[in-house]
Amino acid sequence: MISHQSIEKNLGLLIVLTILIVSVGGLVQIVPLFFQTSTTTPVAGLKPYTALQLAGRDIYIREGCVGCHSQMVRPFRAETERYGHYSVAGEFVYDRPFLWGSKRTGPDLHRVGGRYSDTWHTAHLMNPRDVVPESNMPAYPWLDRPLKDAAIQKKMRTLNIVGHGYTEQEIAEAPAALEGKTELEALITYLQVLGTHAPKN
Amino acid sequence: MSDFTSGFWPIYISIITLVSIIGTWIFLKKQTTRKLAPGEKAELMEHTWDGDLQDFNNPLPRWWLGLFYGTMVFSLVYLVLWPGLGSYSGVLGWTSKGEYEAEVKAAEAQFQPVYAGFMQQDIATVAADPNARAIGKNLFLTYCSQCHGSNAEGSRGFPNLTDNDWLYGGEPDTIKTTITNGRNGVMPAMGGVLGEAGTREVANYVMSLSGRKHDATLAAAGQTKFAENCAVCHMPDGTGMKALGSANLTDKVWLYGGSEATIIESITKGRNGVMPPMTQTLGTTSNQEAKLHLLAAYVYGLPQKQ
Repeated sequence: MISHQSIEKNLGLLIVLTILIVSVGGLVQIVPLFFQTSTTTPVAGLKPYTALQLAGRDIYIREGCVGCHSQMVRPFRAETERYGHYSVAGEFVYDRPFLWGSKRTGPDLHRVGGRYSDTWHTAHLMNPRDVVPESNMPAYPWLDRPLKDAAIQKKMRTLNIVGHGYTEQEIAEAPAALEGKTELEALITYLQVLGTHAPKN
Repeated sequence: MSDFTSGFWPIYISIITLVSIIGTWIFLKKQTTRKLAPGEKAELMEHTWDGDLQDFNNPLPRWWLGLFYGTMVFSLVYLVLWPGLGSYSGVLGWTSKGEYEAEVKAAEAQFQPVYAGFMQQDIATVAADPNARAIGKNLFLTYCSQCHGSNAEGSRGFPNLTDNDWLYGGEPDTIKTTITNGRNGVMPAMGGVLGEAGTREVANYVMSLSGRKHDATLAAAGQTKFAENCAVCHMPDGTGMKALGSANLTDKVWLYGGSEATIIESITKGRNGVMPPMTQTLGTTSNQEAKLHLLAAYVYGLPQKQ
């Protein structure tokens, strides 16, 4: 048995033993989650984001939407009545990183797909108070400008490393899919697909 | 819980968890020094710091030790009752899904009788019931106010529901259909067909229909163009067609605005008014039918309130 004294006086050993002890929690609570069917299998119908949706998602991240909007409907009646079916792990398989968020200054957005028309989203992002006078959401008028995402093919290739499975054709067509679109359109395209593969029950 | 990709993981989790708890127990037991007899002095620890700094190897206070053992006993009891050890689901059989479903069931048992009463009445009767209106208002604020406004007066491009002007008809069942299935009002872009001058003429004719200030010469020129291009949907007299949701152009209600510039914009670029079907939005619980019924009644009752 290693004595108290030898651990205290041997810094390297102290560090190694500390890391071992501290890592037990992660090893037992986090690592096995990577090996569960419910977290690794996409729900029925879920597809990796298209080039335009992916670009829109990056705008969502750039504008910090996640700071005020969660994307995680919890299994409480109060939430499912308002938003729809509670979120399940398999819906986030192609979310890297996931945007669950932890703060709801605004409503949850996981089931926002299809809930409002594109026209509504346009009006709302340009100035939320045009449609919801009580809203305290900032306006994002600058989004109505051409979308520039030179790295889109690189992003898709990178996501392929972790198994998104974009075909060569999809990657080749990506720049054309973004051609002539505005940031606003990309963001709305992304929002309209959010949570649209809720489990049916 | 039993959805691990291989049988290894439940065993892995269980072993690490149990070895940690039991190992900590043994370690603590081993390190605990005996309680000192009254007057007995504790031994000195073997190390000396900074020349002469030494400390006694006093035993831990017993209450403190008790807390350590208490947490370990707690964790073991917890692991028996609740899921935690791999695929073992616990004696209580608790799941987050089960807890959610129980919550929904309890709420349904509470609200179903209320809803059932309203479901037996037709929409017009429900619309006159103050209790139903109170529920309807809550539903409206949750699901509809984002587009139609919390006072139901709408905004540009999103219809005012309080003015008794209905694009698709204001009968109770029509309103219910609208809420259930949504609507898509498409006005095609006519700019190409009419040309810039033609668009302006038609716009002035449209303004004349509701008695707005307009240029009579332009309006006269626009009349035939209207009859050829617009009357199919908006009817020859401009009163619109409810089956299509084409607007009545003879009244004072303008969804997108009634200025010459806005009317020209509408004609040139067309309009695409989308109301999403609410069936996908009204939550997942079994009261969806009742919600549709109460919402339809609330909306039906809105203009009557004015």
